[in-house]
Amino acid sequence: MRWLLVKDLQILRRSPLLVALLIIYPITLALMIGFALSSPPGKPKVAFLTQVPKGQGRIRFGSQDINISNYAKDLFASIQPIIVHSQAQAVAAVTSGRALAALIVPADIPQQIQSLVTTGVGSPMVQLILNSKDPVERQFADQAIQTRLSDVEQAVSKQVLRVAVSDLQQVLSGGTIQFGGENFRLLGLRDSRRLLQRAITALPARSPLRPELNRVVAFATLAIEGLAFASPVLGSIGTPLTVDQTELAGRTTPAATYAVTIAVIFSLMLVTLVLAAGMLALEREEHAFARLVRGLVSPGALLAEKVVLAGGCAAAAAIVMTVGVSTFVPLQWSRFPLWVLALLLAGIAFGALGVAIGGLAREVRAASLLAFMLSLPIAFIALVPAVAVSGSLKSVLDAVAFAFPFKPALDAANNAFSGTAPAIGWPLVHLAGLAVAFGGLARVAVRRFA
Amino acid sequence: MPTTAPTRQATVAARAVTKRFGDRTALRDVSFEAYSGELLAIIGPNGAGKTTLLSILAGIQAPTGGEVSSPGRKVGWVPQQPAIYSKLSVAENLRLFARLEKLSDPDSAVERMLDHTDLHERANEEVGRLSAGNQQRVNVAIGLLCEPTALLLDEPSASLDPRQRERLWGFIGGLAGRGTTVVYSTHNVVEVERYADRVLVLADGELLFVGTPGELGRAVGGDPRDFEAAFVRFLDLCGH
Repeated sequence: MRWLLVKDLQILRRSPLLVALLIIYPITLALMIGFALSSPPGKPKVAFLTQVPKGQGRIRFGSQDINISNYAKDLFASIQPIIVHSQAQAVAAVTSGRALAALIVPADIPQQIQSLVTTGVGSPMVQLILNSKDPVERQFADQAIQTRLSDVEQAVSKQVLRVAVSDLQQVLSGGTIQFGGENFRLLGLRDSRRLLQRAITALPARSPLRPELNRVVAFATLAIEGLAFASPVLGSIGTPLTVDQTELAGRTTPAATYAVTIAVIFSLMLVTLVLAAGMLALEREEHAFARLVRGLVSPGALLAEKVVLAGGCAAAAAIVMTVGVSTFVPLQWSRFPLWVLALLLAGIAFGALGVAIGGLAREVRAASLLAFMLSLPIAFIALVPAVAVSGSLKSVLDAVAFAFPFKPALDAANNAFSGTAPAIGWPLVHLAGLAVAFGGLARVAVRRFA
Repeated sequence: MPTTAPTRQATVAARAVTKRFGDRTALRDVSFEAYSGELLAIIGPNGAGKTTLLSILAGIQAPTGGEVSSPGRKVGWVPQQPAIYSKLSVAENLRLFARLEKLSDPDSAVERMLDHTDLHERANEEVGRLSAGNQQRVNVAIGLLCEPTALLLDEPSASLDPRQRERLWGFIGGLAGRGTTVVYSTHNVVEVERYADRVLVLADGELLFVGTPGELGRAVGGDPRDFEAAFVRFLDLCGH
């Protein structure tokens, strides 16, 4: 087997384009993933027009003023604003592609909000103009603006509620308010009731005012109880629902690490399948297979050599790629021996699948194409989330994913890189089983070679 | 150029060899012997079973029935299409197969073969860049690496020009002269007439004739100088 390995490495050395692709492809992929994961998403450029005159962005609610202009700053945290001064300029910015969207705040929005919060009538509305040419960019801009507008909406309503609760407290317990530059002392319901109760006790026992005043005291008591209950209810409207989150599956993999794992295993699969299938088909294309297996090398040893060659080379490339990506995404270096073990065993299992493919194809080109075409659906099926498909289809996809090495390779590498569930033992056993099964299939397939 | 009378020691023998591929019978009860120092040609129309018979003698395929006897690893095999690696040089191809043959001194075997094939000057050239004739010389050289007692060649001169062909047969004749049994298939009946000691005629998997080229000519009558016409007439007479 040693001399066959040397021979194949010599052949690879004389195929510089293939070797360059095998080296450059995973490194490029690793760098792309690294940069994508380490760079925050950019802010969409949005043309922004406010028609509210300067100094008129305040609404009066109860005892306090709210300046809604302050909330524009929150909006600008999610977008890169291009300030425009007319609706025509806003539309032009979107049409020309200078901005992905335009946000227009109409002049009457403070009045509309004021009317809504004081009388319940009013429809405050902002205008959003989107460029529909590129659906992905459109969705990106739409989501960024909608999310931030929703935050602004919540902040305004919280502020309004805070003012309402504060004013209610003053109605209940009294306090000081400013009006026309002067301070006024408010009595409050509780003090009013106390004063009335004191006045009733000072009245003669048969005074006709007593029943009337007792009715007022009863009303005040009822109002105090009701309003005292209303304050916390109003306060809770701002955050009506609290999510208590519990993780059941132990440590979970960070999204960035999982993305790295997928990229590494996909590269490993692609390189191994193409190499194993191509190098086995080459033996047939060069008519050397028959000469080799007539006593020089057994077919099993020949297949094992291709598996070791393809799996070993691809695992080495995958390890280099993983080390490269670890510059951008934190991986557990203390588990490095497990990285090597997981990637090597995955390489062996993919190599066995590769020689099975190579055994089916007559030519190197056909074998490489078949390997490439199989790679995409194998990865896709293994990555379909459980919640995305119906129960019976999920069972079928699970069965297909079980029959190919991508899923166990992903689980093994995921655990090796980050120490998260599931444990590495079963995926490694699964990979070893698949290597034996595909090796057996390849052994049957090469009977057609002679 | 018939060689001297072969010594009567069978090195390769087939006894009632049958080969079926599904419903199709490629060989039916083929029996013959080849002797040390003999040049035995196998001729027949396309699809007669020549390559199948050689493959079975070489141990690449197993017969469905019957048996073959040959000196095992000491049988050299030269397939019709060069079974060599086009990305490796001449010397690297020879060295690889010398190592796989587990020869005690692969490097001297490579040197010997480069001498035999006169490819010393092209030793470091990639085989893929050589002419078809030179590729065939490397192909034959690999078959000779183990210094075989018997050499099996499947249409060895098919891709060669007349000069290369002459040279190849000179080389093969030399091997036979040193006692190597040479069994080869060919479509070129001139090569049979000039180089073969005996000839096997196969058609549709049946062995129709075993004897010298002269005996084949006499069997059908006519002009004894026109071997090709005798061969065609023989096939016609046998209903093929």
